[in-house]
Amino acid sequence: MTATALADERLVKRIAFGNRLSHWDFKLSPYLYVSPFFILFAITGLFPIVYTAYVSVFDWHIIGGQGDFVGMGNFEWVLGQEKFWISLRNSFSIFLLSAIPQVILALVIAAVLSQNLRAKTFWRMGVLVPYVVAPVAVALIFSNMFGDQYGLINNLLGAVGLDPVGWHSQVVPSHLAIATMVNFRWTGYNALIFLAAMQAIPRDYYEAAMLDGASKVRQFFSITIPSLRPTLIFVIITSTIGGLQIFDEPRMYDTTGAGGSNAQWLTITMFIYNQGFGQTGGGQFGHAAAAAWLLFLIIIVVGLINLAATRAIASAGTRSGK
Amino acid sequence: MRLSRRTTAAAVTGAVVFALAATGCSSTSGGDADGKVTLTVATFNDFGYTDELFAAYEKENPNVTIKQNKAATSDDARANYFTKLGAGSGLADIEAVEIDWFAELMQYSDKLTDLSSSDVEGRWLDWKEAAATDSDGRLIAYGTDIGPEAICYRSDMFAAAGLPTDREEVATLLTGDWDNYFAVGKQFTAASDAAWFDGSGSMLQGILNQEEETLEAKDGKVIATTNPVVKDAYEQVLDASPELSAHLKTWTDDWNAGFANGAFATVLCPSWFLGNIEGLSPDVTGWDVANVFPGGGGNWGGSYLTVPAQGAHAKEAQKLAAWLTAPEQQLKSFVKTGNFPSQLDIQDSDELTSVTRPYFNDAPTGKIYADRAAAISVAPFKSAKYFPIMSSLQDAVNRVDVDKTQNADDSWKQFEADVKALG
Repeated sequence: MTATALADERLVKRIAFGNRLSHWDFKLSPYLYVSPFFILFAITGLFPIVYTAYVSVFDWHIIGGQGDFVGMGNFEWVLGQEKFWISLRNSFSIFLLSAIPQVILALVIAAVLSQNLRAKTFWRMGVLVPYVVAPVAVALIFSNMFGDQYGLINNLLGAVGLDPVGWHSQVVPSHLAIATMVNFRWTGYNALIFLAAMQAIPRDYYEAAMLDGASKVRQFFSITIPSLRPTLIFVIITSTIGGLQIFDEPRMYDTTGAGGSNAQWLTITMFIYNQGFGQTGGGQFGHAAAAAWLLFLIIIVVGLINLAATRAIASAGTRSGK
Repeated sequence: MRLSRRTTAAAVTGAVVFALAATGCSSTSGGDADGKVTLTVATFNDFGYTDELFAAYEKENPNVTIKQNKAATSDDARANYFTKLGAGSGLADIEAVEIDWFAELMQYSDKLTDLSSSDVEGRWLDWKEAAATDSDGRLIAYGTDIGPEAICYRSDMFAAAGLPTDREEVATLLTGDWDNYFAVGKQFTAASDAAWFDGSGSMLQGILNQEEETLEAKDGKVIATTNPVVKDAYEQVLDASPELSAHLKTWTDDWNAGFANGAFATVLCPSWFLGNIEGLSPDVTGWDVANVFPGGGGNWGGSYLTVPAQGAHAKEAQKLAAWLTAPEQQLKSFVKTGNFPSQLDIQDSDELTSVTRPYFNDAPTGKIYADRAAAISVAPFKSAKYFPIMSSLQDAVNRVDVDKTQNADDSWKQFEADVKALG
């Protein structure tokens, strides 16, 4: 063979290899492009979930580390704790007290903001200001305002001749106070999301409705709300997940973070934290991990209910502008 | 094509590097080749360790640089300490510990450096040193301060209610047991709108800190619900609640506001608490300190410095800890913060006893707290479960005294259930 023939053969091989590479490129690249998210998710999302499950079946101490295998023992222990059930009740109660008024209020604010106001941007940015304030700072200010004996709110109530409310001693008032903090922080944020969705509703609908003589209120309920369905579902699902994981506000509602003398505002995430890291729980990671997994399962169940509701609404909402 | 492949590779590499960075731990600081070391000191609240103090040490020891990390509360410090002690890395070279969770930490004394040395032998009050010695006889912590208790009172409110205002006379008036303290309180509340003390929870703490075995027996058994001492104290403070209490829970916003609003006339006053009162009611002029405590002496709080074994510079850290807890340095801290030294040598030294505090009507706080420290005769036994049980007991008292949502019997029953649940 001559040298040229050899070089040719090499060239052929190289082309073949190049073709194979570009074949792989075609097949694999899409996955590689999306992989950063999944790699990060595996490390920061999936691994902790799986590892928590692993910890939850052991007797595991914050300092002592892994102990004996106890099977479902930690789950039994958590389910047998009265405080676990109280904290579950509190989480749901605070979630409902915050999510429902929040969505309604956000819708109203968004409806007002989508009108032709003067200094539009100012008002739109204005509703977002509470969101910028750190939740811990919000909680510090609000827990002071909601003081039982020297709080601003009770002083105002006293000024108009009403009895003071036990914001830190009664169950429902404490939930109301905490829900107020949550609403203060999140209403504006949700209002802006609604506003963005409202801007996307075709103006033709409103013009047609106006020609038909529909009032503003009628337009809001018959055009705006149905068109917002997908956005509503998004907001409801995110606030469900956020609501069930509520921690900062109730934790900062008093200095000890134990959720009150009678667990009045102990939420499930605080229960988990106190078991694992708090002084009263004694660093029982096994208990904390089991409770965390139970919360995970609860959120999945609530998420599935949300999904079912989504489907029902989506199939009913045929006139939602698609 | 070739370019795109390279980009793919770069993207993958980037993701992997990012992922590694996300999981990798931050590198730990260490000593340089020329023998220079950086020591970190982690404290909470205010230990009175100023930059000047550290600068003085750095001047004496040119190879050492000191960094201080301050946690806002002892609770934050505890969470940080326990997490990193378990993880095996990340702690400061010197970590401060509060007496409340010291017993819990004691279970893991093998993770701490043995600090015993002939230089520091006999430096501390016996009970302070004994509490820092583990079952194998290793001294694992150097004592910083203790919390001898006196009574702080509002002389202006005393005057308005017709009680003596001079701190000597008040001391005489309140000398006796807790019944006497409450009886004087009734005299006061009969002539005043204000309450006698802040809340039943702090009274309970005061009483139980005078007993040796309260919540746990020395053999480690939990006796909180069966110990007559606990039940009696519980009933005593709740009996006093309706007439004498301002119904405030310690460390709440309401309680803080109570100091400025004149909600109560007296408060149990550990030495470290003087600074808090000044901060909480800067405009009130009537606060004074009486050299007396119901039932004799009592200690509330106090801290230690430990050297975790995971640190790279145990020897240097021990040297610094010994220096920081030496009488001279602790004296400076007392003058600055009111943290009363636990060091034996300076308990009755002139520098200490000559300290006065202008805010408290120039009370000779050095002298008063030296006396109060000498009056402490009992060191309460605290073991791993002390804190969680004490929290439940405080909750039980607060449900009746502060929340007023339960009566004393129901609340006690719930306390019994809570203690059982702790296991």
